[in-house]
Amino acid sequence: MSTVVMEQRKRIHPHKFTLWVGVASIVMMFAGLTSAYIVKRNQANWVTFDLPVMFWYSTVVIVISSFTLYLSNKAFRQREMAKYRGLVVATLLLGIIFVIMQVVGFNLLWLKGITLTKNVSFSFLYVILGLHALHVIGGVVALVVLFAKAFSSKVRNYNIVPLEVISTYWHFVDALWIYLLIFLLLIR
Amino acid sequence: MSNIATIQEADVHGAHETHHEHHHHETFISKYVFSQDHKMIARQFLITGMIWAIIGGLFSVLFRLQLGYPNSTFPWLEDLLGQWAKGGKLQPEFYYALVTMHGTILVFFVLTAGLSGTFANFLIPLQIGARDMASPMLNMLSYWFFFLASIIMFSSLFVQTGPASGGWTIYPPLSALGDASSGSKIGMDLWLVSMAMFIVSSLLGGLNYISTILNMRTKGMSMTRLPLTIWALFFTAVLGVLSFPVLLSGAILLLFDRNLGTSFFLSDIVVNGKILPNEGGSAILFQHLFWFLGHPEVYIILLPAMGMSSEILSVNSRKPIFGYMAMVGSLFAIAILAFLVWAHHMFVTGLNPLLGAFFVLLTLLIAVPSAIKVFNWLTTLWRANIRFTPAMLFAIGFVSFFISGGLTGIFLGNSALDIHLHDTYFVVAHFHIVMGVASFMGMFAGVYHWFPKMYGRFLNNTLAYIHFWITIVGAYLIFWPMHYEGLAGMPRRYYDFSMWESFKMFTGLNEFISFVSMIVFAAQLLFVFNFFYSIFKGRKVTTQNPWGANTLEWTTPIRPGHGNWPGEIPEVHRGAYDYGKDGREFIPQTEPVGEHESHH
Repeated sequence: MSTVVMEQRKRIHPHKFTLWVGVASIVMMFAGLTSAYIVKRNQANWVTFDLPVMFWYSTVVIVISSFTLYLSNKAFRQREMAKYRGLVVATLLLGIIFVIMQVVGFNLLWLKGITLTKNVSFSFLYVILGLHALHVIGGVVALVVLFAKAFSSKVRNYNIVPLEVISTYWHFVDALWIYLLIFLLLIR
Repeated sequence: MSNIATIQEADVHGAHETHHEHHHHETFISKYVFSQDHKMIARQFLITGMIWAIIGGLFSVLFRLQLGYPNSTFPWLEDLLGQWAKGGKLQPEFYYALVTMHGTILVFFVLTAGLSGTFANFLIPLQIGARDMASPMLNMLSYWFFFLASIIMFSSLFVQTGPASGGWTIYPPLSALGDASSGSKIGMDLWLVSMAMFIVSSLLGGLNYISTILNMRTKGMSMTRLPLTIWALFFTAVLGVLSFPVLLSGAILLLFDRNLGTSFFLSDIVVNGKILPNEGGSAILFQHLFWFLGHPEVYIILLPAMGMSSEILSVNSRKPIFGYMAMVGSLFAIAILAFLVWAHHMFVTGLNPLLGAFFVLLTLLIAVPSAIKVFNWLTTLWRANIRFTPAMLFAIGFVSFFISGGLTGIFLGNSALDIHLHDTYFVVAHFHIVMGVASFMGMFAGVYHWFPKMYGRFLNNTLAYIHFWITIVGAYLIFWPMHYEGLAGMPRRYYDFSMWESFKMFTGLNEFISFVSMIVFAAQLLFVFNFFYSIFKGRKVTTQNPWGANTLEWTTPIRPGHGNWPGEIPEVHRGAYDYGKDGREFIPQTEPVGEHESHH
């Protein structure tokens, strides 16, 4: 059986690969939404508006969270488990703060009269960014699971695959946010 | 770092080993209900798909009754359907609901989940030499999401206002406005929720199929040694993973329009004399999002049938498949083109004619890889020592319908002709032949061929031959005349053609089509009987490799347990199609290449 292990050494772990295919799938969903946005923008009744400053702050928060998660990966590899746990908690908190900031951002827009149903350009903003926030919440749930695992004292688990899978996903939703922000700034 | 690499390896390896050991302490629930064994999940998909096929087929018989005998009443219909068939005559609202549900059920629940779900789950690990899927857990979830989608869709049949009735393509505004028709009410909401579950199911399945094929192949199983079934299922999964999310985005926007008052797809609409406040939306936008899934969906349905037919044609011709690499290449070409032709469903939406011309060109280009495949199937059959097993007959039937239906695709792909033929029975005939009947032929071929591996018994051959001949002759008798009706301008979706003078000449023909459809439906019930009877009473399989095939699934025990091979996974030394080589009838993939062996 050792030959089988040799054979599979070069290959990517199936779970990681599965995640990458899943990422491609999520990309297609947002591609569908943003291309619908572009099509609509070229038609009548399109209203342009400014994004709230809150979205800039939330960008900073999610970028920092990617960085702390990167450091936690590093700590895990070096078996500095206390540091690893701290960094996972920091990432988790930053993720929650990001979602709260998005909600606050939505609220600011709403107060300015940019409501869901008033104009189709407003509707698109809420749907696209809302779906992104849902994906971040999915990442937060995954981090909670990881967090629970990190504090479980029963098993000393040094399997890095779950951490790497969740990290890849987290960096992806971070990159997706930056793409969406640039998209909304350039195409309006 | 080396330390970590070892952990990862152990995990990849461990994924195999743990399943291998698990099957000792299985309970009824873990074996038959919440099973993580890919073979059991495949059987669950197949049987659920068959139940749906019976329901969807029965619906078509019911609405064919209306189309064939528009002026007759059937008192038993009222007993069966109650208020939907008052006085023994199908109500127009329910006629549309039946047509919509027939399309939805057959396209998604039978020919997507029932076909890919069954054969991708069953064949991928067995044919690539893996103990199970990359993630058996996600695989199980994939079935249960499908089950949930099924329950929701089934329950929508029983709501007061009826199931969704705006067509399986759920175009707005019919689908976006609850007041538009009775089928636009709760039935439509249930349709959307069910489809969301269905999309989750097919995404989880697709993710698994792709990563299993790319990462879990046994030693020596290079991509170019894969059986064509696996290639086809691979491209099917890629299409699903990349196109279903776009439908999901369309469905989400539609849900917002329906329930939260947005106007993505709605503008300037008057319902019951009242002007709606919705402004700025575009119904055409939905069509783009829908058909970006909708066209790849056609190939999601067709490719597995192509792959299985290729395999079965080669095994039963006792000849190598002609042009293996060309077969893979043409599958790839079809998969790419599938994403670039969606607007050919929209030639009459006011699409810019220049843009239409591009879509015409890309659509007609599909004829090239399709023709390559057809010629390769025919040359595989050419001068072969054919064994006419039921599976082989259905595989040949698949080729026949793929040719007949594919040729009319060339008619419809031309926008100039399509403007005349759009929304007529010509289109109905075309897509029923090329993706409906052809895919069913491939699916039946697959069931007859792999049933011995699934249940350790054979299906009854006599019933199988009766099933085949009634199906192939009946399907042509049903759909061939529809081409003429379509050319004469008879439109789709109409409830009663006897109201138009110009279509009165088709009264007899419509009655004939309806009559044949009932016979063909009865023949399918014969198959269902054969299937369930043979599970328990069929002739037992006594040899490991009853068809004399080369692929790995026939190296497992007759009824493989969870883990597939009791010992080590066999190593692969050659491609899957060494038939009739060097005077030998077949050479299994596990046999090392001999020193003096000739090259093809």
